[in-house]
Amino acid sequence: MDLSEIYTEIIAEHNKSKRNKKQMENPTVILKGRNPSCGDEIELALKVEKNIIQDASFTGVGCAISQASTSMMIDLIRGQTIKKAQLLIDTFLGMIKREITEEDQLEILDEAVALQNISNMPARVKCAVLSWHTLESAITMEEGKISESSQSSH
Amino acid sequence: MSNNYVNDFPILQKTMNGKRLVYLDNGATTQKPLSVINAVQEYYAAFNANPHRGAYELSVKATQIYEDAREKVRKFLGAEKTSEIIFTKNATESLNLLAYSYGMTFINPGDEIVISIAEHHSNIVPWQQVAKAKGATLQYLYVNEAGILTDEEIEKKISSRTKIVAVTQVSNVLGIINPIEKIVHKAHSVGAVVIIDGAQSVPHFTVDVGALDIDFLVFSGHKMLAPMGVGVLYGKEHLLDKMPPFLSGGDMIEYVWEQDTSFAPLPAKFEAGTQNVGGVLGLSAAIDYIEKVGSSNIEQIEKELIHYAIPKLQQLPFITLYGCEGLSKKTGVISFNVKDIHPHDASSILDADGVAIRAGHHCAHPLMQYLGVNATCRASFYFYNTREDVDALINALGRVRGVLGYGS
Repeated sequence: MDLSEIYTEIIAEHNKSKRNKKQMENPTVILKGRNPSCGDEIELALKVEKNIIQDASFTGVGCAISQASTSMMIDLIRGQTIKKAQLLIDTFLGMIKREITEEDQLEILDEAVALQNISNMPARVKCAVLSWHTLESAITMEEGKISESSQSSH
Repeated sequence: MSNNYVNDFPILQKTMNGKRLVYLDNGATTQKPLSVINAVQEYYAAFNANPHRGAYELSVKATQIYEDAREKVRKFLGAEKTSEIIFTKNATESLNLLAYSYGMTFINPGDEIVISIAEHHSNIVPWQQVAKAKGATLQYLYVNEAGILTDEEIEKKISSRTKIVAVTQVSNVLGIINPIEKIVHKAHSVGAVVIIDGAQSVPHFTVDVGALDIDFLVFSGHKMLAPMGVGVLYGKEHLLDKMPPFLSGGDMIEYVWEQDTSFAPLPAKFEAGTQNVGGVLGLSAAIDYIEKVGSSNIEQIEKELIHYAIPKLQQLPFITLYGCEGLSKKTGVISFNVKDIHPHDASSILDADGVAIRAGHHCAHPLMQYLGVNATCRASFYFYNTREDVDALINALGRVRGVLGYGS
């Protein structure tokens, strides 16, 4: 295993960066994600309006892999539609599982492609995917709210 | 420089990522010497049969192997009778046996069960279950800033309401040895029984249940050279006798009628179903190996290793140590953190240098919360570790912050 494959400059930078790591005022959805076996814990906050993720941020503690993965994910989803966010989730998880390997398919992940080699470190895969699974659950919750309110408005 | 013990452990000859394996996770499980591996192999190659059942030679031999191992454990622990030695799957099962059989039977509403804040989850969760089911209170003995249980705390928390005191002899996170004599003395003065979690003590120094007057002791074989899947419960005969069975079924009965059963006497009463005879034979071989090395020698080797390692770690400005203030009452366990670096990253980076340590909460959430940390790194030594292993750890630690873009 070559450490420099995993702990790249991009990962180190995102790990240290506080840009996306902060409390959000008036989020529309907040969700905790945990890896009970290692104690990683993030809280993801989204502000979703008209199917668009207007803002996203996170708080919590975890290793460099989970912190960087979360920070890069937030850069990717901010300003995007829920549908695009779901595509990003599917692509990222597909990349980690090595089901998606084509460069042009992975292009939309931008910097997050830096985590492609995490599958060479099986013990750390769960750190990389924590925030993405949390986002998926948060989107499901948000969509539930939307369909509920549209049902009640009829 | 390596020692001669290393040669007896096949796995320690391995290289990891092209580097010599430096195994420093002995608190989680120890490696196995060839004599233990061979004993298990030989059992299945030459003696396998179901003990206590057949009247044919192999079954008789399997029974003999199993019961000889029980006698070996009795002697090893300084217990009075072989009927006081129960084989289980591990320390966790032994503790569950005590919680469900002793706790659920003898704990009443308003009673108190006393444990320490430094327990492994296996000695917390079963007692929470008992306390909830029986309307009892779970009381904690808190350690001081240095990780030590003080006399005042023991005096204060163990009272006439206390019915069970269940504490670990050695913290799996800090390696600090608790004052068991004082705890036993105080508990017995109020009529409580004492359960000692010996998972981190029995492998590392002599534990004499008779001399300590412990009521129950539990430990796992795999943390002392034996295979995984075999553990021990020691209990005083008069206490085990009055407890109901935990698991029921074959081999733990005397006679079964359509609606009722009379139970077998000790120790069979607590050993339902076919037991892990190969594992028990492995434990027997492990005890032989430990006795050959000598428990006091093991204690000495670990002491020398921490006396060598801790000053070196203290010289690294980016290392925070936990529970390393006094080294006299401590086994070969060192918990630490690297500044700005999560323990999992530290562990992955050390792994690239062949150094295997544990990172995380060590199945001790309440202690982590109490210490105010999310997780720690833990290096835990056994007698086959050497100063060379400590040097490898120190060298690898020097690299950790740089990998994540922090200056030293």
